[in-house]
Amino acid sequence: MKEFLRNSEHLLRVVFLLVLGLTAFLLIRWAVVPPEFGKYGHFRPAALDDIRARQVKFAGHQTCEGCHTDVAEEKNKGKHAGVNCEACHGPLARHAEDPGSLLPQLPDTAVLCARCHEANAGKPKSFPQVVTADHSAGLACKTCHQPHTPKIGG
Amino acid sequence: MEMTRRELLAKSGKFILLTSAAATAWEYVLAGKAEAAPNYDMTKHWWAMVIDIEKCIGCGNCVRACEAENDVPPGYFRTWVERYHVDDWDLEHPQVDSPNGAHDGFPERYKSGGKTFFVPKLCNHCADSPCVQVCPVGATFHTPDGVVLVDQKYCLGCRYCIQACPYGCRFLNPRTNTADKCTLCYHRITKGLTTACCEACPTQARVLADLKNPKDPVHEFLRTHSVQVLKPHMATGAKVFYKNLDGSVR
Repeated sequence: MKEFLRNSEHLLRVVFLLVLGLTAFLLIRWAVVPPEFGKYGHFRPAALDDIRARQVKFAGHQTCEGCHTDVAEEKNKGKHAGVNCEACHGPLARHAEDPGSLLPQLPDTAVLCARCHEANAGKPKSFPQVVTADHSAGLACKTCHQPHTPKIGG
Repeated sequence: MEMTRRELLAKSGKFILLTSAAATAWEYVLAGKAEAAPNYDMTKHWWAMVIDIEKCIGCGNCVRACEAENDVPPGYFRTWVERYHVDDWDLEHPQVDSPNGAHDGFPERYKSGGKTFFVPKLCNHCADSPCVQVCPVGATFHTPDGVVLVDQKYCLGCRYCIQACPYGCRFLNPRTNTADKCTLCYHRITKGLTTACCEACPTQARVLADLKNPKDPVHEFLRTHSVQVLKPHMATGAKVFYKNLDGSVR
């Protein structure tokens, strides 16, 4: 046995180094690679939870219509049926969570309406457009139009 | 106002049912945690978006909504709108502009001649995306439901993916120094909401679609309309479908 050890010492040394290296590799990999890496692909599955944990800012029109049924009903009768509440009133998830914490701003219609309805050659021809300077000379649109159902005097 | 007992009961019953349903759904939305929306199964969805160029009015509502929802730093865009102006004597060389990503809309520029239209752009969430292939650390990846995301904790900020994206959809976020891009509002769509840009679009020019949902109207839409993806020759498997896309759009 002693003779065997002496004769194969050079081999045993290599085997020892290999085992040591492999152990170090496995230990480092265990410490560095996050748990479940590769479960759904070459990425860290917990990243999905990180991204999904983001706070929602826009509540969505279904949520708005849960309480403001009267406004939704009126709006859905008119040309603005397809325009969601938060397209004009801004992100209001916090308002939906606790109505008192954040009150929706009443937009300035002279600015708001022009964003969509100011005449521009790029807009589809069928889309209603005006040159506000000629049409209303800076007057707020809601002086004549009701924004939720935008017919005159409505 | 006259109301019979039957009408009163029916009305109050409806009110209670609807309010409680909305409240329950809202709890999941607010919880903001993956486990909190237990009904979401990644294998049952394959997200895409359909954009109808003829409906886009270039108002920039999508850009502002995206900025508000995702805290996009000013001057950077996860979605933006381009204005194409093509003169009929030079179809191959469109003039393209996108002032501040259309954040503040488009000032009138082309009064007459040629054609002008708006093209909303965002990450195409390619099924075979070049950006995922080049990431050296597995920080950008395809989810099983067809969204391309960035793991902010793993990203080194090496910018390989920014160079690799043929659509220019990525940027280096100056706050985090990591690659950033549209997440298709992954935190919203996994809770049953639509994306912020689709929610804010006043003309439904962009609509979120779930290709694995047989009831999604997108299937009928794709069957009956002429649709195109951007740079089809790149074979990226892009999943943002444009209806009636003009040949001049790059």
